[in-house]
Amino acid sequence: MTIDPITAPRRWSLPKFDLTTLRQHGGLAALVILLVFNLLVTPNFFELQTLFVNISQVATIAIVAIGMTLVIATGGIDLSVGAVMALSGALAPLIFLSPFGVANPELGLVAAFTLPILAAAAAGLFNGVMVTFLGVQPIVATLILFISGRGIALVLTNGNLQTFTNPAFSFLGTGRILGMPFQGWVALALAILVSWMVRRTVYGRHLLAVGGNEKAARLAGAPVHLVKIATYVMCSAMAGLAGMIVTAINSASDAARNGLLMELDAIAAAVVGGALLMGGRAPIVGAVLGAIVIQLVKFTLLANGVEDEVALIAKAAIIIGAVYLQQTRSE
Amino acid sequence: MNAPLLQMSGIDKSFGGTAALRSAELTIGRGEVHAVIGQNGAGKSTLIKILTGVYTRDGGTITFDGKPVHFHYPREAQAAGISTIYQELNLIPLRTVTENICLGYEPRKWGMIDWRLANKHARELLARFDIDIDVTRPLGEYNTAIQQLVAIARAVSLDAKLVIMDEPTSSLDDREIAILFGVIRELNKSGVSVLYVSHFLDELFQICDQVTVMRDGQTVAQREISDTNKLNLIADMLGRDPEEIRAAGMTDFSAAQAKTGDVLLEAKNVATGTRLRDFTMRVHSGEIVGLGGLLGSGRTEAARALFGVDDVTAGAVKIDGKQGAPANPRAAIGQGLSYLSEDRKAEGIIPHMSVRENVTLALLPRITKHGQVETKKERELVERFVKSLGIKASSIDQPIRELSGGNQQKVLLARWLATEPRILILDEPTRGVDVGAKLEIQQIIRGYVEQGIGVVLISSEFEELVEGADRIVVLQDGHSVSELRNPGVTENALVKAIAHHYADRDAA
Repeated sequence: MTIDPITAPRRWSLPKFDLTTLRQHGGLAALVILLVFNLLVTPNFFELQTLFVNISQVATIAIVAIGMTLVIATGGIDLSVGAVMALSGALAPLIFLSPFGVANPELGLVAAFTLPILAAAAAGLFNGVMVTFLGVQPIVATLILFISGRGIALVLTNGNLQTFTNPAFSFLGTGRILGMPFQGWVALALAILVSWMVRRTVYGRHLLAVGGNEKAARLAGAPVHLVKIATYVMCSAMAGLAGMIVTAINSASDAARNGLLMELDAIAAAVVGGALLMGGRAPIVGAVLGAIVIQLVKFTLLANGVEDEVALIAKAAIIIGAVYLQQTRSE
Repeated sequence: MNAPLLQMSGIDKSFGGTAALRSAELTIGRGEVHAVIGQNGAGKSTLIKILTGVYTRDGGTITFDGKPVHFHYPREAQAAGISTIYQELNLIPLRTVTENICLGYEPRKWGMIDWRLANKHARELLARFDIDIDVTRPLGEYNTAIQQLVAIARAVSLDAKLVIMDEPTSSLDDREIAILFGVIRELNKSGVSVLYVSHFLDELFQICDQVTVMRDGQTVAQREISDTNKLNLIADMLGRDPEEIRAAGMTDFSAAQAKTGDVLLEAKNVATGTRLRDFTMRVHSGEIVGLGGLLGSGRTEAARALFGVDDVTAGAVKIDGKQGAPANPRAAIGQGLSYLSEDRKAEGIIPHMSVRENVTLALLPRITKHGQVETKKERELVERFVKSLGIKASSIDQPIRELSGGNQQKVLLARWLATEPRILILDEPTRGVDVGAKLEIQQIIRGYVEQGIGVVLISSEFEELVEGADRIVVLQDGHSVSELRNPGVTENALVKAIAHHYADRDAA
């Protein structure tokens, strides 16, 4: 965090706890409150098993939230992530259960991992082209796939739940390395990779410049359209990966439910993590933190027997709180 | 003599231990136009923000209209009769002129808004200032000048006793300025005082009665405009001796010293649309070519055409012997062009980014290895420019939005100089920048020209053009109409060149 030289106190003093502190560390504060509450109230909270259950759940939110944070950094939004999850989640089993996949198990598996991601990336390309070359507002452009993406997934699967037994594919959602769920490692690796990308690469600089002041970025030679398209593609590809993880966890693809309302979770996680909806900031670590907060809220309410519907209200309250802090932050 | 309308005395204000104001004073009489001037960071805006209730003061007293006051919110100041016309107008462009004037105070009849009366009221109000427009049209359909006047009309309709104008003329052309000044005089007649903030000293002598000069958070002088001159005001602002400044020269581009070399850029009969129709110019290595003309004559459009921002629809551009205008800014930068745009805020700075990131934005491809920014190289380069341009920032990682206008402009200049351009296009490089920074920027540019780059200089200040440019291409309604050559060009000659062709046009 940079310190404002004008308002920074000149002498040493205890850190003050005021609105400014809360604004900068709101996500962290929420996390601490949730943890303390759970330690006191929820039975069996302080156990490795609970931790791993939560990690396996939070990974998909975190992965989608990372992509969403990049899109939000351009000043855009991607409503289609949940539908893209359903699409890629439905495609993967179709591929390894196809006659070709059954005849060539290895090749089928490779195809089942790569083709759905490519399909998701194609969805991102569609979003990106709509937003840049056709000048459609991001919320409208991504609404197209928000509606039709899940429809395509349902058509592909005839609207049925597809169950399968494929240990190699299921490793994506149920495997463990050093005890931690595999998807937890994937999310961690992505968080590190994307953080580095934002901070150190030309793409990252251009991303923040485009989101911070598009006209200025264009005059300074940033390839504005390319940066935006690449960002939508990455966001969709990450959503596609998350969709496959969900399918792997369940050993079944359910196009009607996979990724349902994920766009809201991801946006909420990004905003709680400190992303500015007008663009120009991409706090990746914050997005992961935000995803953890969202997951913990779900878990806390579930573990204490609160209805799902009430959990939605709690989530809404968190989003309102985060947006409120953000409004005051912009001054 | 009546008691003054406003008396601020002994005003102190500090931000986290740094004093922004130290017992500053401001006294404004009734019905006078009072200018407050000073370099960026002198405390003008802090003083005004305390007056309007945006900041609370640490010490001192304010008496307004005979009563001691202490405003905590801008609304309180407004209720007391202090209206501020901001640089960025806080009006609603999609609503009608009437709605903008009456917003929140609409006349009512049977519980409904009486639009007939409201329109009549708005028309009468504007008629006082000799403005006759259709008040039922959306405000956004009118130009900035009209919008500004509507903002003033709104202030007057709210019974303002003091109207604060912050750089009101910065986006107006001469004719519009004349209208604005007419309105200000009209305000004075009805006893309304005006607090006028401007970087254009010439204006003060046309419209102001009194001037308060600030430096380093203190009020250093209050003068009767008729008793002073430009040189003395600048000396007050800088805290220097007038004679010393006279010797240094007001504008330091000091043209016509450099030898000119090869042709770097050539534009022949270039058009991009309705605003630029027929533009021809040539830039040699080691010279500054000015673009003169009134606002809207196509100067900025010409720059945008050369830099590949707007598509060229007719004519030919040749850069470094290569035919064709750049396809986009990225290509232009690759061909050795740089373009410091006119609107620092909208097209220049990336506010969330640091000084460092802002400087290297256009340079990124050249300080990158395998897609990764070479941070060590980057820091060295930025440190070097911060030093050589005298950019004042707490560190190169300070967000650019925290810097003063002049320093932001220097950062943007560094952005473009860092790309080592062959041709540098400067659109109003010293607008909204204080006198000290202005001199520095002009010196820096001259230094680069002597090393052989070519500069295209756009400026609304005739003085800057006449003294700075080796040649001046005069533009009018999107056509380049004539060319003046230094030495020997005077402000009068430039004005005549512009006016002359207008006369021609009228005759034709």
